[in-house]
Amino acid sequence: MNPLAVEAVGLMAPGLAGWTTSQAVLTGQRPYVAEPMPAAMATLLPANERRRVTATIKLALQVAQEAMAQADIDAGAVRTVFASSGGDSEILDKICVALTQPDRPVSPTHFHQSVHNTPAGYWAIATGCMQPSLSLPAYDDSFAAGLREAAALAWADQTRVLLVAYDLPPPFPLVERRMIVAPFAVALLLNPAQDYRLAPLRLESGANQPANRLDDAGLEQLRAGNPAARGLPLLCAIARRKAGRVVLSDGGVSLSVEIEP
Amino acid sequence: MAIQPLAIAARTLTNALGRGGAASLGALRRGESGLRPCDFEDAGLPTWIGRVAGLEEEPLTGEFAPFDCRNNRLARLGLEQDGFGAAVRVARDRYGPDRIGVFVGTSTSGIGATEHAYRQRDPITGSLPATFDYPHTHNVFSVADFTRRWLGLTGVAMAISTACSSSAKAFASAWRQMRAGFCDAAVVGGVDSLCLTTLYGFNALGLASTQPCRPWDVERDGLNVGEAAGFVLLEWAEPGDDRVLLLGYGESSDAYHMTAAHPEGAGATLAMQQALARAEVLPEQVDYINLHGTATPLNDAAEDRAVARVFGPDTPCSSTKGWTGHTLGAAGVTEAVFVALCLEHGLIPGTLNTRQRDPKLDAGVVLENREHPLRTALSNSFGFGGTNCSLLFGRRDI
Repeated sequence: MNPLAVEAVGLMAPGLAGWTTSQAVLTGQRPYVAEPMPAAMATLLPANERRRVTATIKLALQVAQEAMAQADIDAGAVRTVFASSGGDSEILDKICVALTQPDRPVSPTHFHQSVHNTPAGYWAIATGCMQPSLSLPAYDDSFAAGLREAAALAWADQTRVLLVAYDLPPPFPLVERRMIVAPFAVALLLNPAQDYRLAPLRLESGANQPANRLDDAGLEQLRAGNPAARGLPLLCAIARRKAGRVVLSDGGVSLSVEIEP
Repeated sequence: MAIQPLAIAARTLTNALGRGGAASLGALRRGESGLRPCDFEDAGLPTWIGRVAGLEEEPLTGEFAPFDCRNNRLARLGLEQDGFGAAVRVARDRYGPDRIGVFVGTSTSGIGATEHAYRQRDPITGSLPATFDYPHTHNVFSVADFTRRWLGLTGVAMAISTACSSSAKAFASAWRQMRAGFCDAAVVGGVDSLCLTTLYGFNALGLASTQPCRPWDVERDGLNVGEAAGFVLLEWAEPGDDRVLLLGYGESSDAYHMTAAHPEGAGATLAMQQALARAEVLPEQVDYINLHGTATPLNDAAEDRAVARVFGPDTPCSSTKGWTGHTLGAAGVTEAVFVALCLEHGLIPGTLNTRQRDPKLDAGVVLENREHPLRTALSNSFGFGGTNCSLLFGRRDI
C-alpha cells in the first residue's frame, strides 16, 4: 500500500499542550505529568461564535487550527475527517435533561449542536472550506477508524486530508456509564504525496493483534482512558523519528502503522 | 476516467411504508403515505411522523439483549427482510467474514435509551438506572456494532454520523475503503429511529410541519420526522453487470451555516457536479433525481436553485418524503434503494401531498407517478452542519 505522509500535528490534552511543547514527553525524555490543560482558544472562530460553542467544539477546532498553522497551507482546500466516540456529551446531557422537564424545552441551539458533525460544520464555516468532510464514531477504536477513513480518502482523491480525533469526559451522570478520563484531541495533516515533513506511514489492516501500550504509566492511562488518545503510540513513534511499527487496536480488525522516518 | 462502479448485490428497506422493499415499492406505486399524526410515546406534538409499526413489541433477546433499544430493534427488523441475511451469508463464504466492511449511517443511534434513563434517575444520587447500557444503545457506533455481529462479519466497521447525509456518505466511505483494499465488499446501511430529541428538536427549530409534508409546494411549511432502516450489499461490478450500479458520488460542505442551507445551494451544486464527474455522466443523461426535499421552505428553495443550475428545468425529479417522512440518518440509503427500485421497475415517483408547485421554484418536480424506463438516476442527501452528498446510480443493460 502506498505511504501517507504526516505533514503536521496538532495536540491538546492535560500535560500535552500543543505538538511542539509535548515533544519531550512523547519521546520519553520527560515523564508525563497531567498538568491542567490550557483553555482551547480556537481563535479562528469569530468572538461571538466562540462564546456560543462548547468545550468539545473548541477543543476539536484548536488542534485542527494548530496542525494547519504548522503546515501553512490554505485550510479551505483540505478535506477533513472528524473521529469521536461520543460527540458532544455536554449537549446531549442538556437535551436529555430538558426532555425530563415540563413542556420539554429543548433549546434549538442545543439541538443543532447535537449532531456528530457539529465541529466539522463550524470548521468548514470558519475556514470557508467547501471540501468533503466525514464525521465518524467507532467507540474505543474511533482514532483507528478515522485514520483508516482519512487514508482511504487521501488515496482515492490524491489530496491532503486533515484527521481530527477528539473526546471529552461526559458530564455526570453519563460519565458513570461512559468513563473518559480526560479530554484529548489530536489532528494529523496527511498527504498522499511524497514531499512529507514529518513521517511517512504505511497502513495495514489485518488480523486482530493487541494494540501497543505505552511505557509511561500516566500516558498509558490516558491512552486507555480516551478513544482519541488511542493514537498516542503513533504520536510517540512520530515524535521519536525512528523506524517502527505500532498497532492501533481496532476491534475485529487491527490497523497497524509502519513509520519510516 | 470514470470511477470503478459498485454493484448492489442485495438491498433491503423498512420504514413507515412497511417491512421489506416490496412494501415500499407497492406504496410508492399506489401513492399511499406512511405518515400519521404523531403518536410516538407521549410526545404531545402537533406534527406528523413516519413510524415503523410494531417495534415496541419486538425486543432484542438472547445474546443481542444488551443491544435492545428502538434503534437496534429497527436495525434487526431491517436486516431480516428481503433475504438480506442470506445474501450476506453467500458473500461471507465468497469474500470471508473479515473482508466485508460495515458502514452504517445514523444521526441519533439509540439516544432514546438515554432519554428513558434520564427519566429514571436516582432521586438522591442522580445516577442513571442500573439497566441503562450506554455502549450497546446510545453509543453512536452501537448500530454498526450490532449490524456486524448480527451478520457475523469481522472486518472493518464504522458508523457515519453526518446528520441527514449519514447513510448517503456511507456509500462513499465504502467505495474508498474498498478501493484502498481495507475490504473487498461492504454492507452499507442507515438506521435512525424516532426519539424525543429529534421530535422536540425540530419542533423547537420551527421546522416540524403540522400537516403531512408537502415538498416543493407553495404552502410547504416543514418536515415530518420518520424512521427507517435500509441496507445494501456492495461489491465491485463485473463486465456486463445487469444489476443497479453506484456510478458516482459527490460530497461537499456548505461552509455557510449550521442549520440553514446555503441560499444558492452552492454546496449541493458541488456535490451533484462531482457525482456526475466521477461517473463521467452528463446532466442530460440523468433520467430522474430523488431530491432531498424535506419540505422546509428554505431547504427546498436552496436545493431547487442547485438542481436548476446543474440540470435545468426538464429533468424529472421528486421528493419521496411525503411517503416516509424525513428518516434523517437513514434517508440516504432509503432513497438510494428507492432509486434502485425505480431503475429496476421503470418508475418515476411523484411528490406525494404536494398540490401546487411553488411558482418561484424551477426544478422539474413531478407530482404524479410516471412509468418510464430509467437508465441513470441521482439521489440527494443534505444535513445540518452544511453536509451534502449526491449518489448517482444506473443500469447498463437497458
